[in-house]
Amino acid sequence: MKIVVLVKQVPDTFGERKLDTTTGLLDRDASEPIIDEINERALEAALQQKDADKSVEVVALSMGPSSATDALRKALAMGADRAIHVLDDSLAGADVARTTAVIGAAVASEGFDLVVAGNESTDGRGGVLASSLAETLGVAALTSIGELTVDGTSVSGVRATEYGTVTARADLPAVVSATERAPEGRFPNFKGIMTAKKKPLATVTLAELGVGDSGARSTVVSVAERPARTAGVKIVDDGTAATQLAEFLASNRLI
Amino acid sequence: MPNILVFVETSASGELRSNPAGALSAAAAIGTPVAVVTVSPGSGAAVADTLGKLGAAHVFIAESASAATLLATPQAAALAAAAAEYDASAVLIEGTTDGRDIAGRLVARLGAALLADAVALKRDGDRLVATHSVFGGAYTVESTVEDGPVVVTVRPGAFEATSATATPAIKTVALDADGSASAVIDSVVEEKAVSSRPELREAKTVVSGGRGLGAADKFVLVEQLADALGAAVGASRAAVDAGWIPSNHQVGQTGTTVSPDLYIALGISGAIQHRAGMQTAKTIVAINKDADAPIFDVADFGIVGDVFSVVPQLIDAVASKN
Ligand SMILES: Cc1cc2nc3c(=O)[nH]c(=O)nc-3n(C[C@H](O)[C@H](O)[C@H](O)COP(=O)(O)OP(=O)(O)OC[C@H]3O[C@@H](n4cnc5c(N)ncnc54)[C@H](O)[C@@H]3O)c2cc1C
Ligand SMILES: Nc1ncnc2c1ncn2[C@@H]1O[C@H](COP(=O)(O)O)[C@@H](O)[C@H]1O
Repeated sequence: MKIVVLVKQVPDTFGERKLDTTTGLLDRDASEPIIDEINERALEAALQQKDADKSVEVVALSMGPSSATDALRKALAMGADRAIHVLDDSLAGADVARTTAVIGAAVASEGFDLVVAGNESTDGRGGVLASSLAETLGVAALTSIGELTVDGTSVSGVRATEYGTVTARADLPAVVSATERAPEGRFPNFKGIMTAKKKPLATVTLAELGVGDSGARSTVVSVAERPARTAGVKIVDDGTAATQLAEFLASNRLI
Repeated sequence: MPNILVFVETSASGELRSNPAGALSAAAAIGTPVAVVTVSPGSGAAVADTLGKLGAAHVFIAESASAATLLATPQAAALAAAAAEYDASAVLIEGTTDGRDIAGRLVARLGAALLADAVALKRDGDRLVATHSVFGGAYTVESTVEDGPVVVTVRPGAFEATSATATPAIKTVALDADGSASAVIDSVVEEKAVSSRPELREAKTVVSGGRGLGAADKFVLVEQLADALGAAVGASRAAVDAGWIPSNHQVGQTGTTVSPDLYIALGISGAIQHRAGMQTAKTIVAINKDADAPIFDVADFGIVGDVFSVVPQLIDAVASKN
């Protein structure tokens, strides 16, 4: 079985993230680029299949600027067998439709039984890539799954929605997406870090994938930064804090 | 006026989910709102009337035997059919878990562009311009699509209901959904709305609890204050991870983004990822026993104190004000 894990490099959410207010694009110098935590969970889901069955091959795939190599090396250190980096200058600022088309072409040319993505990225937060990719590839999408169960022919899991929980399954090949409720990614061990340097990491361009320009595109019109919030009153409870708060709420018509 | 499709989510038994009034109003402001529902055969008529009352000029009812058994594909097929039927210039879909799946399929199916997580929409000549609140509200970004079909995921709860009642023109079609490339739903457990508590995304007041509550049985304190204030219940990721509350209550970077009039954080440190989901609230109150907790940097009223002594007193003080 071949599992392709989609890995996106994002600005670390622990840092101050910035947009370039003229282009609307991410200011890549403002914060440290890291592998998105949700993709470590997606990778973990794939690696657990490999733990159970050594014949499972795990391929990490990323589309992004040259720095995305670091995210892929991390995936290799965690235990992925190989990595593919779709790298092309014309991809800067690619929207969801274009990202889907490009990743779709890369995954199709690689071949797969299962694709595992994150349910949403912490920078884009579009949360549509997995289903859009499944439509592009003509396969089932089983999205927003906490814990995956994979057998030789199908994948199943429980998805938590705003309204409750849904148990669902799909025949392979399929695209799935993992949520934060999926197990955390493992730490790379020393051996993993050492072997990661020797594992294959292939770079492909759009020309090699045969992807042309896509149709409709979304573009940024304007970007405005909001002033940061400032701290208000802070009191130390001396037994009257609750009454003072109730007064504050009442005088602001909040109760 | 261009036709604007609005996808309306229904439960497995065909009842309307959440409140599509906001999305219908958003559509009415930029064109003629056409509500699209996908239901099991025979259960569409009941919702059409309600959708008219919420402002839909047309209701497109796609009846499919697999409406409740296949994941997203019947709904995407219904929207693609409706887009052709009404020559729609845009499709609005609430950005829920299901809504985003449907949007993803539709974008690929129509060769459309996506405007994701819109909090406002306007028309600028022929173009549709969406406003997005990015990085936890640190930036306001406007985006558009130069030409071609547009799919918009709208942030749940971000749009006010303003539309007047309409008597909708109703069209019902039978939809054959091909299940070969779709996930199959085996079972659904709907979370019962707890008492009359408002929905997190739409509530005017949100009371959230974090790791500081210490244990599942102590988390009820959060619920008690919420009920005293008529508020929705939220939580930090730490509280969700601990299993004290279901994940759909998580507020933050990877949870729900809320913008209520009043947000009260109990025993929450205010990690940057939590703040990303609540710092656009009008008024923020924090109770935390650590005077250095970062939540105080964004709080309008902060109390350095123990939630177990302050909150019960607060519940009493609120009761005596009412
Ligand atoms: C990619 C990513 C996404 C994330 N997304 C989210 C998200 O969406 N939402 C989210 O919340 N977090 C998110 N996090 C996690 C975040 O970094 C924090 O770990 C989390 O918010 C901490 O939750 P907490 O404040 O409840 O716990 P803690 O940070 O442990 O804080 C508990 C607080 O309770 C106080 N306390 C303890 N006892 C009492 C008492 N008796 N009375 C008063 N105060 C008390 C303590 O002083 C402390 O400040 C994310 C992290 C990552 C990496
Ligand atoms: N440029 C990219 N390269 C690789 N994977 C991606 C990329 N963009 C999105 N993804 C995958 O799609 C998931 C959801 O992303 P999004 O739809 O942008 O929220 C991510 O967690 C990744 O698994």
